[in-house]
Amino acid sequence: MSARSIRLISLLLLALGLVAPYVGLYPVFVMKLLCFALFACAFNLLLGFTGLLSFGHAAFFGGAAYVTGWFIKSLGWTPELGVLAGMVVAALLGVVFGGVAIRRQGIYFAMVTLALAQMVFFLCLQLPFTGGEDGLQGVPRGNLLGLLPLDSDIAMYYVVLAVFVAAYLAIQRIVTSPFGQVLKMIRENEPRAISLGYEVDRYKLMAFVLSAALSGLAGSLKTVVMGFATLSDVHWSMSGEVILMSLLGGVGTFFGPVLGASVVIALQNMLADKVGAWVTVIIGVIFVVCVLAFRRGVVGELVEWLDRRRPRKTTAPTARADHEAHSGETRADITA
Amino acid sequence: MEIFGIPHQAFLGQLMLGLVNGAFYAILSLGLAVIFGLLDIVNFAHGALYMLGAFAAWIALDSFGINYWLALIVAPLAVGVVGVLIERLLLKRLYGLDPLYGLLLTFGLSLIFEGVFRDRFGVSGQSYPVPELLSGATNLGFMILPNYRAWVVLASLVVCLGTWFIIERTRLGAYLRAGTENARLVQAFGVNVPLMVMLTYGAGAALAAFAGVLAAPIVQVTPLMGSNLIIVVFAVVVIGGMGSILGSVITGLGLGVIEGLTRVFYPEASNVVVFVIMAIVLMLRPAGLFGKEA
Repeated sequence: MSARSIRLISLLLLALGLVAPYVGLYPVFVMKLLCFALFACAFNLLLGFTGLLSFGHAAFFGGAAYVTGWFIKSLGWTPELGVLAGMVVAALLGVVFGGVAIRRQGIYFAMVTLALAQMVFFLCLQLPFTGGEDGLQGVPRGNLLGLLPLDSDIAMYYVVLAVFVAAYLAIQRIVTSPFGQVLKMIRENEPRAISLGYEVDRYKLMAFVLSAALSGLAGSLKTVVMGFATLSDVHWSMSGEVILMSLLGGVGTFFGPVLGASVVIALQNMLADKVGAWVTVIIGVIFVVCVLAFRRGVVGELVEWLDRRRPRKTTAPTARADHEAHSGETRADITA
Repeated sequence: MEIFGIPHQAFLGQLMLGLVNGAFYAILSLGLAVIFGLLDIVNFAHGALYMLGAFAAWIALDSFGINYWLALIVAPLAVGVVGVLIERLLLKRLYGLDPLYGLLLTFGLSLIFEGVFRDRFGVSGQSYPVPELLSGATNLGFMILPNYRAWVVLASLVVCLGTWFIIERTRLGAYLRAGTENARLVQAFGVNVPLMVMLTYGAGAALAAFAGVLAAPIVQVTPLMGSNLIIVVFAVVVIGGMGSILGSVITGLGLGVIEGLTRVFYPEASNVVVFVIMAIVLMLRPAGLFGKEA
């Protein structure tokens, strides 16, 4: 896709976001969607652009959700400070997780992060301030900066939209920066990155912490919007869901995770009261189908299709498309 | 009599419970290691297969009146067939890809199994009676040993050692180990590797189901019993390293005992102690206690 059409689509979507509450979309639903879309984008920063599959991102999302809820509800902090506290804790967790997990690679990395996240789950279950099985309920939205009351859904909505757009642009900036280029090199060919003198582990850790902090931002925001933080936010199934969102939309694309999150959240919203436990089954089936037939995700496949249809004028994108067409079924695929 | 200020009966009881849990960790991590060795897939569905085994035993008793001893054979066979089907229909398409896809596919599968059983049976547990022959307890003088728990530990050890014997000491096992090293070369020598891979996954599934049947009388049979266990087993695998069979058995039993002891001395930490040990081991020996890779 050309840069122009991407910019056009982005502007259209931004316009849709701006008018969403006035065209019949329920603001709370769209806010929830944006929180999870942000979570998926943050996750994708790690999987899509660094090539690390974390199976423990629920710990950052849910951990931050709890911290924010506790700071706002029990200590009476304003929402922006509560969110900031959540992000800081998520980033610190990221330092710990990352420091332990990047000692192993690939499949072990996934298992280690899963196990560490389970530890956070039990902490959230047992620590005195987390409300045990009930979680933290009735967190007030409060006043932004102590001035702007967020009780109205419309005010809250535009705050969430602004945060989402800022974070989305920040992720885009990170990926296209020289730092992001190094991350992509690590994804494509780690031994080469090492031989060129890059301290690969430090870059991985930095990407991990950034991803954790942004996931924390998503979780904190969710607490402020919905007014609660529960065990399902830190449960391993949440880590699985965020993987599915990225995979479904397109790992390693900017917009894929947003689309994937929208589909998954919309599905859950529509089906939850109709089919009960079958939601899990449907999610499982989508997982299986994605892995078997659809590894680039919706956006990934679309981009691939458009690239192939376009007459090949320039050399650089063509070479890339060729490379991807050939290596489509190889190791690089999950990260491409 | 007291040990470290704890009544020795409670102490030994928790130790025994730890050994029982450790036995399950050992069987499950063993199956994971065998499957990973040959298929290069970390089988997230292992917990679901364990749950299937327990439910197969429960359904067999509830609907068909098949007793425990028969279920101990029938349930693993049935789940083994499920495993064979999974390998033939799904996993086969992923060979040669990044192993992470195998993890994701089997994760999806475990969600499917869990969801179906949750819809059918809800989240509350079904209880499975302890077989008559093993009910009651034996007084050993220094402690009262529930017969069924002793049987679980014994049976698991026999199964683990049997698996070790097959893999390390028989011709079939030699093919298996050779296949782990270089599948294409083994195939060139005329061994039917795809068949071997299929049966390995089936056998791994059957092992998990066997553990499930063993567990049925002492834990609540619920759709979620597998996923709660599999994450601990993953940590066990990371601690032990997937390199050696006896290593995973020792690690499994050892961690079970440590968990049991933690329950005596500091109950709040018993859920997380395995994960803490994992983090420490990764700091000191990133390849795991028995791992070979750098």
